[in-house]
Amino acid sequence: MSDLTRLTISQARAKLRAKEITATEITEAYLQAIDRANPALNAYVAVTGDKARDMAKASDARLVKGEGGALEGIPLGIKDLFGTEGVHTQACSHVLDGFKPRYESTVTSNLWADGAVMLGKLNMDEFAMGSSNETSHYGPVINPWRRSRVDTVVMPTTHQGDGGFVSAGGTKTQRSLDNAQLVPGGSSGGSATAVSAFLCAGATATDTGGSIRQPAAFTGTVGIKPTYGRCSRWGIVAFASSLDQAGPIARDVRDAAILLKSMASVDPKDTTSVDRPVPDYEAAIGKPIKGMKVGIPREYRVDGMPEEIEALWQKGIAWLKDAGAEIVDISLPHTKYALPAYYIVAPAEASSNLARYDGVRYGLRVPGKDIVEMYEKTRAAGFGREVKRRIMIGTYVLSAGYYDAYYLQAQKVRNLIKRDFENVFAAGVDVILTPATPSAAFGIADEDMAADPVKMYLNDIFTVTVNMAGLPGIAVPAGLDPKGLPLGLQLIGRPFEEETLFQTAGVIEQAAGTFQPEKWW
Amino acid sequence: MSVDLQTVKRVARLARIAVSEEDAERMTGELNAILGFVEQLSEVDVSGVEPMTSVTPMEMKKRQDVVTDGNKAADIVANAPATEENFFLVPKVVE
Repeated sequence: MSDLTRLTISQARAKLRAKEITATEITEAYLQAIDRANPALNAYVAVTGDKARDMAKASDARLVKGEGGALEGIPLGIKDLFGTEGVHTQACSHVLDGFKPRYESTVTSNLWADGAVMLGKLNMDEFAMGSSNETSHYGPVINPWRRSRVDTVVMPTTHQGDGGFVSAGGTKTQRSLDNAQLVPGGSSGGSATAVSAFLCAGATATDTGGSIRQPAAFTGTVGIKPTYGRCSRWGIVAFASSLDQAGPIARDVRDAAILLKSMASVDPKDTTSVDRPVPDYEAAIGKPIKGMKVGIPREYRVDGMPEEIEALWQKGIAWLKDAGAEIVDISLPHTKYALPAYYIVAPAEASSNLARYDGVRYGLRVPGKDIVEMYEKTRAAGFGREVKRRIMIGTYVLSAGYYDAYYLQAQKVRNLIKRDFENVFAAGVDVILTPATPSAAFGIADEDMAADPVKMYLNDIFTVTVNMAGLPGIAVPAGLDPKGLPLGLQLIGRPFEEETLFQTAGVIEQAAGTFQPEKWW
Repeated sequence: MSVDLQTVKRVARLARIAVSEEDAERMTGELNAILGFVEQLSEVDVSGVEPMTSVTPMEMKKRQDVVTDGNKAADIVANAPATEENFFLVPKVVE
């Protein structure tokens, strides 16, 4: 039988419904793949094999009766940020050691109610703070993509027997993979790697400043951050509550649409969950985009942007134009202030949200001579460097005397960023096209980024504006750079118009194709 | 604006994170790099602009003030490092 892990969700769904395959077979195929690949890629921090087999068995019973749900029997990976009942949930932090919640997040509950199978919990940057998946307590995730080198090889003339040429000499070009390990992006690096390396059919992820879209772009996968309020945040470990949104990472646009439909819901347990019915996102794919107005923001052409990113953007513009869209130049004047405003708002909210990790109710406790020393030692031992850095920044900008200068100013600038988008949408723009990231995947332990935290933060320069304004954004693979690494384009839509994003991303995917890494692991 | 070593130690105390002298020195540099980066926000004219308080314009949902949950003491303390009879145990706070 062909490799079941290669099936997209829509293909697997059809085969499961037609009873050509069983949920148990496809689940076993994934568990075997994880077993073989995880030592090299480190995508999973917990594999729930027994649970997966039980869920698959229950799916098979429903499928036999023709009672399968929308995701019946589809094996998924879950980012470690989602609370999963009785299962490892640590946001990949040491401070949550041993935490197994007694509840299930709304998003994962929705997936299980639709029949999906849980394979395990996926690696991520600690508390979703990072752009390379190197801040995880469980070690970095490795990108399944590697740079490749094209060599010209001189072929010797060889003979075999009487006059039988094997090679007549000359030269040929040969593509070979470089050994350097690359990051998958972050914070949803485990999700992106697992999807790209065929270790799950699709994955949940979350995005506070680009944590779905940047890793999707680095791994040739599709990732969508829906509008703020579309997916319930209930049961998801909080980072920055006014920016956090859950969304899927998938192998193609259709799979992302299928997953989002199941993840999204109206939830009375989240006061910011918006009262709007969830549309059938899949139905938007394939609809013509003729006459659609696509905005190209001039402020996204940043200094020092590599040539291949600009070329990719131009290719995207051409594809949409060929499909009948109208391309218009637009201006989003406050773009450059989005990242600095983010680095006030997000740490401020994080310092407040992470105050709960004090060694009393869950996770790690380091004893001290009194309760304050216990708090201080627990938090010193439990949080990694990046998390501490952000808590410190957040505490500082919220402290007496600095609140107005930093936090209030940032929240005002945030309104200006949102207004920029509202103005272009009011002028009739339906969707905005930008690059997803300023570069392709970079190396593990990149020295420049280790030396300067701001360099790492710049990875989110094209994605963070979307979180600040609460808009939906999708990253869709659009090509490979000269070294053979995937690059993505981003589409930004009006609030709750995810359908427009799927429709437009479908056109890009049609033109660009899909991309799979060459297997080395 | 920039922070000095003393400020970093004070902020660490506020954040309840124990820092060594060496940590505090390293953090001073890192925090100043980030504060230097966010400094550019001060050049934005925000006169007449309200700070954002809600991402999506909506009225906050309010639920009925009724008990919908409860009798979960065992679940609530299940993950605690130290408990006794459904209480969280901490070092002595009051002499």
